[in-house]
Amino acid sequence: MDIQRGMDRAGVDRRGFLRLSAAAACVGLAGIEGILAARRAPAWAQGTTLHIVRWNDFIPEADVELKGQMANAGKALGAKITLETINANDLQPRLTAAIQSRSGADIFHMFYNWPQLYAKALVDVSDVAEAVAKTQGGFYDVYAPSAKVGGQWLAMPHSIVGNAVAYRKSWFAEVGAGEFPKTWEELRRVAGALKKKGHPYGQTLGHTFGDAPTFTYSLLWSFGGAETDRTGRTVVLGAAPAIDSVAFLQTLWKEACDEGGLAWDDTNNNRAFHAGEICATLNGASIYIVAKRQPDKIRDENGKPLWEDIDHAPLPAGPAGQFPLYLNMEHGVMEYSPNQKLAKDLLRWMHERANFEKWFEACGGYSVAATTSWEGHPMWQKLDKPLQIFRTAARRTRIFGYAGPSTARATEAFSKYIITDMYAKAAQGMKAEDAVKWAAQELRKIYG
Amino acid sequence: MAKHPRSLVPTVGAAPPIEVALPRPRPAAPWRLTRFLESERLLAALLLAPAVVLLALFIAYPFVMGVWLALSDASVGSPGTFVGLRNFVKEWNDSIFQTAFQNTFFYTFWATIFKLTLGMWLALLLNRQFRGMRLVRASMLLPFIVPTVLSTFAWRWMVDPTFSVVNWLLYSIGLITNKLPFLSDGRWAMWCAIVVNTWRGMPFFAITLLAGLQTISPDLHEAASLDGANSWQRFWKVTWPLLKPVTIVVVVFSVIQTFADFQLIYVLTGGGPANSTHLLATYAYQIGVATGLLGEGAAISLFMFPVLFVVVWFQLRYLRRLEGA
Repeated sequence: MDIQRGMDRAGVDRRGFLRLSAAAACVGLAGIEGILAARRAPAWAQGTTLHIVRWNDFIPEADVELKGQMANAGKALGAKITLETINANDLQPRLTAAIQSRSGADIFHMFYNWPQLYAKALVDVSDVAEAVAKTQGGFYDVYAPSAKVGGQWLAMPHSIVGNAVAYRKSWFAEVGAGEFPKTWEELRRVAGALKKKGHPYGQTLGHTFGDAPTFTYSLLWSFGGAETDRTGRTVVLGAAPAIDSVAFLQTLWKEACDEGGLAWDDTNNNRAFHAGEICATLNGASIYIVAKRQPDKIRDENGKPLWEDIDHAPLPAGPAGQFPLYLNMEHGVMEYSPNQKLAKDLLRWMHERANFEKWFEACGGYSVAATTSWEGHPMWQKLDKPLQIFRTAARRTRIFGYAGPSTARATEAFSKYIITDMYAKAAQGMKAEDAVKWAAQELRKIYG
Repeated sequence: MAKHPRSLVPTVGAAPPIEVALPRPRPAAPWRLTRFLESERLLAALLLAPAVVLLALFIAYPFVMGVWLALSDASVGSPGTFVGLRNFVKEWNDSIFQTAFQNTFFYTFWATIFKLTLGMWLALLLNRQFRGMRLVRASMLLPFIVPTVLSTFAWRWMVDPTFSVVNWLLYSIGLITNKLPFLSDGRWAMWCAIVVNTWRGMPFFAITLLAGLQTISPDLHEAASLDGANSWQRFWKVTWPLLKPVTIVVVVFSVIQTFADFQLIYVLTGGGPANSTHLLATYAYQIGVATGLLGEGAAISLFMFPVLFVVVWFQLRYLRRLEGA
């Protein structure tokens, strides 16, 4: 009774309360309806927070540097910036989930030509890209087909992880190779001799984003093979060069490689090399850099620091030459982000010479810049000779989809591991012709 | 304060009319609510509504969305348009899908057989009285309790292509001279996955069958023994018929879980080498989430539906028959 009176005094009776609740619910529903119609989460406190997702760098010091920089960037831009690092293999699933739910990080780290695949979910960052390219010597050639869609830069080129074969100088010398073999045939002979001594060549043919495709696509191209013709519509994989490359891989695998490589991920070869299990492997500079930064821990069979016995060389050439696939990386600003301007400002800030330089130096040659002027940075003069190969590595890299344009279809073929599985099937015993036939059929379903 | 309604009742003769108080009519709203709550049908509907809403939101909606996606050409960032059964036809003719489809049956069949056989054996052993019985029974559940991702990582290290402790052990005691290709050979990798699944799922079988065994009266075994039945006959003629209902329920649950398994394969082999261990769930993930072809990924997932539907249908039919008996 008193309560009832109290409510009456306050001007709210039971009916009034119900009316008020119903009205609130209607407003709420209308709000949700509005949000659903806008297909965007409400922009709470726009411009104050920013979330960026990147891979776990193979050079941990680079991540430490970048995380430190985010605090400074936050102060400079008046925002709270969160850098989240995740397993590289989880980037695509995270991107898909974020795009479909239209919520998640404002900026995503991207590999290769992913901007082609996620074009509809990305914002034009041409203003940032062109300004950076203008002042820093222009982007390497691989970037336009990777990140430019319809004349617009849909992701900001960031860096390239070059790769080269890390090899044990002393072991190669033991079998009469003063330097790393320059042709595949020569590698088969030399690494074959090393395998007999218990030091096989290490190569993954697993479902990995880095070490497997950078080897398999390069092998295919070096024999003159390609996925499609220049139009990107006609699959030409079934031709003789592809079959020759697969047949060669079968021999190389049996005679010279660690056959466990079929199940390796992108980290197995690093560990196998540091443990003295393999004589050589295609990788970024991380094997050398980590070995040098941990000389007491990573030693050779004689107890000496392992890095002293490591050198780098490009992959051997095939009948058509040598064409690498490196890991070119970008940052994409998401279309659903309520903080697009701030996100672009952050990219601009990260690419300012003074800021980028600190990260670039922390990488120590593992990741090189997306622009050419960094080839002349004084850091290169301080780096060891085995790392010098990475200074100009990015000049020659191709992107998948070759010889056609690097479209979303090429990304689909890549994400389905068709080229890598073609070689993996042959390594497991399938006839080279059948493995190529299978891969060509799969490619036709994508490109046709 | 409202006055009570009153009426004047006419009386015979000259006596003055008597004032009679009639019952006060109830306000309209509470009366309707009472009648509403008194109706069993309406009340039942009201009480069921939260559960129905939850089921609709978290089971029906995702399922309907899944069906819609499977019938569309939706890809990441693009809602897609209706394409009928095109995705299903495309996948049916896809060689990787065919491999994954066969693998799923192979994996489910053998893993279930092993889990049932070993689980039954373990349950029979644990049904005996021995010292430390409770500790053993509790520790047996460990593989089931540890998160799948974590335990599978441990197995991955054990069968690692380069640093496998199993290879090292076998090599050290002189049983092998070359590494066994646990994960680098397609067939070996599939059997490794079956072993890990069996290791993980066996406790579920064992503990459920053990619970079933403990409901069987020892008198029946005693009577069978007195009639001269040996241990196999006692199992086959007494234990098994009484344990069959529990066994079938456990097998059905296990088949559903194993058929739709994802985590174990994803962590152990990632579907490799060369797709030789892909299951429908892992391939659907690769196509739908990693490649961004949501329509095709949903279609691959939906291929599991008819198979699991048949399994569940048999289970319900069997349980109904048991209830009838």
